[in-house]
Amino acid sequence: MRPFLAIVLREIRRAWSSGGLLLPVAFFLLVAILFPFAVGPDGKLLARIGGGVIWAAALLAALLPVERLIAPDAESGVLDQFAVRGLSDAGVAAAKMAGHWLGFAPALLAATVIAAGLLRLPGETLVQVELGLLIGTPGLAALGVVTAALVSGLRGAGALAGLVMLPFAVPLLIFGAGSVEGTPGALKLLAAFSLLLVAGCPFVAGAAMRMGRS
Amino acid sequence: MSLLVLRDIACARGGRMLFEGLNLDLGPGDACLVTGPNGVGKSSLVRVAAGLLDPAAGSVERGCLPALLSESTALDPELPLAAALGFWASLDGGAVAPALAAVGLADLAEVPVRFLSTGQRRRAAIARVLASGSKLWLLDEPANGLDAASVTMLEGLIAAHRAAGGAVLVATHLPVSLPGAVEVAL
Repeated sequence: MRPFLAIVLREIRRAWSSGGLLLPVAFFLLVAILFPFAVGPDGKLLARIGGGVIWAAALLAALLPVERLIAPDAESGVLDQFAVRGLSDAGVAAAKMAGHWLGFAPALLAATVIAAGLLRLPGETLVQVELGLLIGTPGLAALGVVTAALVSGLRGAGALAGLVMLPFAVPLLIFGAGSVEGTPGALKLLAAFSLLLVAGCPFVAGAAMRMGRS
Repeated sequence: MSLLVLRDIACARGGRMLFEGLNLDLGPGDACLVTGPNGVGKSSLVRVAAGLLDPAAGSVERGCLPALLSESTALDPELPLAAALGFWASLDGGAVAPALAAVGLADLAEVPVRFLSTGQRRRAAIARVLASGSKLWLLDEPANGLDAASVTMLEGLIAAHRAAGGAVLVATHLPVSLPGAVEVAL
């Protein structure tokens, strides 16, 4: 348990210290700001599409930190050092997911309040969006770490990361945006898919890290 | 009790056989010096011994968790040296300050790792091995980037480690003096 905690804390520190956190949050807000410019300042329309806009923005923002999650550690030998200490690759990946989520989700949830204001979302919709993001972001974090492990060491990893990650994030987007509109069961399906990602991704990411070593 | 046993190891990289039929048995106080030209498989042998790479044939047994010094430093560049080493020391249960003093970097404890020179980074990585408290050291090119005085310091540290019942596997193309070491020329 102690190594797990140490890796989680290191991930959080890396997310906050390098300014790596500011970028995704600023990007998230920027996407939310762009929509009113694109579709016009019609308050009713914005309130109707606002939930979906926030979900799409969150998805894109979650892509940004992917490149710093695994690749730098693989390059600097940190993953090797974890492995020689007998830590399982899946365990390291799970710790990285927990740390990544704790690093970016609270800031994203806070920024959502600002985005909701910009999009004129009513209070009850904001609550729905926040609830959905709270449930969906662990799945996004898991997906981010898997993608990072899969593309680590490849050329053009950033562009490839989008192609790998976004299709798998579509269910999160559908159920997340669905829950905002009050579709019955959407929140439960969102939770189910998020749980599936959180449970399965450590093993996939661990296998990818193992492959990257040999 | 053996700390590292390699039995009939073969290693292949990219479909090319690097070496075959390698046997090694390191007990407390033993040392092995792996030499050979570039690309002959010295680093691969260290990674096989560390368990990071599966051998193409043969088996590897380790008596304890090894401490690995590879070509990469594995220290967070943005952190002060003592804090970066402290992350690994907290996992291993070792102490940072004596290890830093032993490699002559005590004065640089608060300097971020990214400002250190190549040789200083190498010594910091040696301090990480030292602080791990492991009985088995696996050192890949430990003398790279070190000046003559630092190589002497490294030899002294290895001698003290062996005297305390540790074993060491050193792969190097630079001369490192290891009295009584088994020589493996790949």
